[in-house]
Amino acid sequence: MEGVPPFGSPNIPTTAPEGGEVALITSGWRLAAHEFFSNRLAVVGLGIIVFFIVFCFLGPIVYPTNQTLTQPLLSDMAPAAAHLLGTDDNGFDEFGRLMVCGQTALEIGFFAAFMATVIGTLYGALAGLVGGIVDAVLMRFVDILLSIPLLFIVLILATRYHATLISQSLIIGLFSWQAPSRLVRGEVLTLRVRDFVTAARIMGGTRRRLILRHLIPNALSVVIVNITFLIADSILLIAYLGFLGFGLAYPTASWGDMLGNAQDAVSSGYWWLVYPVGACLVLVVMACNLVGDALRDAFDVRLRKR
Amino acid sequence: MTGYIIRRCVAAVIIAIGVAAVSYALLNFAGGSPVYAALGTHANPKAVAQWNRVHGFDKPLIVQIGNYVWNAVQLKFGYSYKQGQSVAALLDENAGRTAYLSGSALVLALIIALPLGIAQAVKRNSVSDYAATAITFTLYSMPAFFLGLILIQFFALDLHIFPPLVSSNVTSVWASFTHPAQLTLPIVTLAALTVAGFSRYMRSSALDALAQDYIRLARAKGLSERVVLARHLVRNACLPMITLVGLAIPGLLAGNIITETLYNYPGLGLLFYNALQGLDYPVLLAYTLIGGVLTVTGNLVADIAVAAADPRIRLG
Repeated sequence: MEGVPPFGSPNIPTTAPEGGEVALITSGWRLAAHEFFSNRLAVVGLGIIVFFIVFCFLGPIVYPTNQTLTQPLLSDMAPAAAHLLGTDDNGFDEFGRLMVCGQTALEIGFFAAFMATVIGTLYGALAGLVGGIVDAVLMRFVDILLSIPLLFIVLILATRYHATLISQSLIIGLFSWQAPSRLVRGEVLTLRVRDFVTAARIMGGTRRRLILRHLIPNALSVVIVNITFLIADSILLIAYLGFLGFGLAYPTASWGDMLGNAQDAVSSGYWWLVYPVGACLVLVVMACNLVGDALRDAFDVRLRKR
Repeated sequence: MTGYIIRRCVAAVIIAIGVAAVSYALLNFAGGSPVYAALGTHANPKAVAQWNRVHGFDKPLIVQIGNYVWNAVQLKFGYSYKQGQSVAALLDENAGRTAYLSGSALVLALIIALPLGIAQAVKRNSVSDYAATAITFTLYSMPAFFLGLILIQFFALDLHIFPPLVSSNVTSVWASFTHPAQLTLPIVTLAALTVAGFSRYMRSSALDALAQDYIRLARAKGLSERVVLARHLVRNACLPMITLVGLAIPGLLAGNIITETLYNYPGLGLLFYNALQGLDYPVLLAYTLIGGVLTVTGNLVADIAVAAADPRIRLG
């Protein structure tokens, strides 16, 4: 980060002309990146996410465990040297299980958020660009979907489908694109009449150039911020599904499924089956929210330190 | 103003009808008619077709939706063959308990979140502000049932202050009210998650208000800090909270499912959960519709209340 001096920082010898600091020309993205990385909480959040990706996907290589063959003789053992976090009721090593189930939780979260973002962006851009009656109808449909609590929709669809990684991501992704679609539509509506877009058009910019060079890059920031919140919400949602008994089909499982049996574990005193996995869930969701908040601040020009 | 209210109401009715249509289509997609619940899973196809014809499930989807909406307007939600009761009776039986749980949680959340958010904004960037932010941020990122499990472990199993599950003797709202220990943990669980969202919002709303000229003016004309905060800050900072209370309804509905299942408290959430397990589609459909209508109503009331309370919003 040292390579990018802050905008208008005093140690750069500039003779700032009337109207602001024009000596240093940096792109908006680099400024945003600088702002993001100077936010300590954001770096911590990003670190947590990277840590869990490494932990879940590379961890099993370093700490290989049996996660397919149940071993009733080893069930519900307290943490010890052989099993760092004990074992669960099937005799699976809990620490190894955290990694394997974390993979599914992260995959579903990222995949659902990505899908929702793609659908929402296209939908919102269409509504905003076409406008008129099409826009009104499309957005009323969004209002309708927003009025039904997402958990209800997802639970109802979960009663029909055999829960797999793909089906859960699809269900969540297909019904959580309302927020990004509203954001993108709003951005497109305000951007269309902005001076720089008009200027680009007057200078003879083609429609293609307008969309690719001006509309999309400017609308992208809200979408990126929203992705992080979508990931957090999706991970929470699959946790709820797991808890209510609509989690992934055995033997695959996610963190939510691990916590699904936690109620019995709490009353039996098997704390290692409850708190580690709960902490993982909370940390990842919190990290996504931290990164999202920081990104929003970083992209918000008004909040930028001058 | 009147025109605005009328337009918002018309839009709300259209959206509510849309909610009914989408829920019906969704349930139809997930399970179809409740015929197998009525006749048994191994009913012969002829009897199934006959039953479907009698009950109108052989008509085109759009007609079925129309019938359903028309019946729902008259508060007729069909019959739960699994439970042998009309859905309206089931809802009526459980609604009071859920309303008590959610209402208490919402009130408790507001009592905690409003002063907390304002205090955080007034003492911004102090140690206590950071501590409160850390706690609310953690709660905000926590699945409701995990928080509930921690509370059960600590207050029920370790300290024996509150029961881990709501006693089955608590069947009426009055019983819930007269046995406060039974419902403390469910209410606290639901409230804690609501506080998390509310206080963050309240803090930023109060920060916005603090930066306004009218606060500076109030201070400049020599009002004591207490009066500045109580008269000028609180009223203005609370304005955006009206919207948030309206928007909190979907979260409360989802939270009810989790909390009531976790503590085994017989309300609409538990009814919904049991209906999911038993594939009791009429109940699922009715509660989804009610949840949607409550959400629409919450937004509508919030919009009108904000417009009425805030003279800066002038809508033709």
